[in-house]
Amino acid sequence: MANDAILTVEDVSIRFGGLLALSGISFRMERGSITAVIGPNGAGKTTLFNCITGFYRPTQGHIVLQGEHRRRRLDALPIHAIARLGVARTYQNIRLFAQMSAIENLLVAQRGMVNRNLIAGIFQTRAFRRAEAEAERRAWEWLAFMGLEGVANREAGTLPYGQQRRLEVARAMAGQPTLICLDEPAAGLNAQETVELNGLIRRLRDEFGVSVLLIEHHMGVVMKISDHVVVLDHGEVISDGTPDTVQNDPEVIKAYLGTEEEVPIVGASPGGA
Amino acid sequence: MNVAQSLKDATVAALIAAVLFVPIVGLVLDGQDLVTHLPRAVILVAVVFGGRLLISMGVQTQLGRPLRHAAAALEQVWSRVGDVAGGKLAWFIAGLLLVLVAIPFLPSTTNYLIQILSLTLIYVLLGMGLNIVVGLAGLLDLGFVAFYAVGAYGYALLAAHLGLSFWASIPVAGLLAATFGCMLGFPVLRMHGDYLAIVTLGFGEIIRILLVNMVDFTGGPNGISAPRPTLFGLSFGRRPEAGEVAFHDFFGLDYDSSYRYIFVYLIILMFTVLAVWVFKRLREMPIGREWEALREDEVACKALGINHTTTKLSAFTLGATFGGIGGVFFAAMEGFLNPSSFTFLESAIILSIVVLGGMGSIFGVILAAVGITLLPELFREFEQYRMLVFGLAMVFVMVWRPTGLIRPGRRAFGVEGNGHGQ
Repeated sequence: MANDAILTVEDVSIRFGGLLALSGISFRMERGSITAVIGPNGAGKTTLFNCITGFYRPTQGHIVLQGEHRRRRLDALPIHAIARLGVARTYQNIRLFAQMSAIENLLVAQRGMVNRNLIAGIFQTRAFRRAEAEAERRAWEWLAFMGLEGVANREAGTLPYGQQRRLEVARAMAGQPTLICLDEPAAGLNAQETVELNGLIRRLRDEFGVSVLLIEHHMGVVMKISDHVVVLDHGEVISDGTPDTVQNDPEVIKAYLGTEEEVPIVGASPGGA
Repeated sequence: MNVAQSLKDATVAALIAAVLFVPIVGLVLDGQDLVTHLPRAVILVAVVFGGRLLISMGVQTQLGRPLRHAAAALEQVWSRVGDVAGGKLAWFIAGLLLVLVAIPFLPSTTNYLIQILSLTLIYVLLGMGLNIVVGLAGLLDLGFVAFYAVGAYGYALLAAHLGLSFWASIPVAGLLAATFGCMLGFPVLRMHGDYLAIVTLGFGEIIRILLVNMVDFTGGPNGISAPRPTLFGLSFGRRPEAGEVAFHDFFGLDYDSSYRYIFVYLIILMFTVLAVWVFKRLREMPIGREWEALREDEVACKALGINHTTTKLSAFTLGATFGGIGGVFFAAMEGFLNPSSFTFLESAIILSIVVLGGMGSIFGVILAAVGITLLPELFREFEQYRMLVFGLAMVFVMVWRPTGLIRPGRRAFGVEGNGHGQ
């Protein structure tokens, strides 16, 4: 297990003007694991996500994705190239294609799996129609998986918040990624929806073999489902290990609660979005 | 009955009317002097006030109820028009085509009518092109006329310098316009909204100014003549030039100037139908979905592996191709070109067609193109008030239907890929 890392972050730093947002971040993420990145507000969690998915370019350091056949450095690639290597993500503030229907959102995500030949599309050749029907079938499967079949033809922007969250996860999964980065998937969900989401995230890993990297404020979610937790504070990794280890790490307790000894992390209320 | 609310509404309406009518009707230029005709304006404002009050009060009474229901019913019927036009009424489309093909052969049809119809069809074609760029990809392009001009001048110049025929010019001018579309696309890739609009506006003006100033090449403000199209080498002139055979001689008919108009009209009809069909297919293809996704959220698109550069460029390029082909037809129809046909006003009209019709919609854009070219012709009776009525009509459409005449419905997907089920 120790040698099968899907993602290796080595000494990554990023500087915005005078602000050192991330400083010397290093950690490894095992293939097929659910890894959580936690930390107080402003710790640099989303910045780290943005570095991994190509939205920001690190000032220093490497990010390496171990594909099935070869290693690829992500830190110099444009966003869409990283996505094509099999890295998908969701956002803290939902970014669906609001005026397109739910199913169309999932069709757009299957970029690499449809027939993109212009002539074939205009004349709707048999191969084109078959590819489209396949894409639609996969989209319906994802809708079913997320319990969204009933709203397939509704505009994504008109769906209730919880459904939008699930649709966004489905859209990220529809491109058949090997690594999915979820930025606060439970933000704004009620207790019931959060429990369902936990189950879904587990199933993504168990049934589709995708490795999950997630940012989460909701400690209940983190401690229950993750195999590995990385704790950031002030742009640095202050703790890294299994949920149990991290939970009892005095550094973590200090970062979250000042110097108090109490550990009310498990089952804490959802943090701010 | 809510009298206070009605009075308030009527007062607001009267105020707006006063702002409009006092300067327009109340002040009259008589030679060098400005004469005030305030009573006329006051009467008009009073009419608006009274009318608005009557309507507000009227709808609230027992008598007004049918009126209210009628308005609601009308709204409902109209909202269905879009769905119905979406494809269920294949026979309606077939019938419409039949009528369009038959019109030029009716005895009462004049050359004037055929020309107006040809122009309308060209606007439909241009509307489809801009609909790709603005409606689907969401890139506000205020210089679309540039591609129209490139196509039109491309045809005229290719014929003059290289002796290219009308039929060969259609693909060549289309490619030429596509190249220009791509050229414009590169610098504006990083721009959005207002900035993009201004750069495209500038591009449109650059092309027009080049046409005016490159006198040796384009004929400058004097214009350039474009050759008339031929049917398999048969010309439509009264006296064919040396080496040419005239259409009427070949078929043993008497010369009639309308043959040429009918011929051009039928070609334009054919290509416009083709353009509408291609647009419909594009909208349902992966590339069409990606254009729309790009309009909705560029960042999310990139993170799904969509290359926003090539996607935007493809929208510009394909849109420009439609514009260029429209230009060839315009040149073929008019027989003569000059830069004043390609001003910013033309871009604005094409954009209005797309916005009024409903961005991304097919039926709406066709309807708007028909409205925008035919209404000013119909209102010729009103003479100087023609543009006022035209402007008013546009304002009313935007107030009544801010998303355009027809909001394009999303394609309905059925389970297990049975296409248009559900």
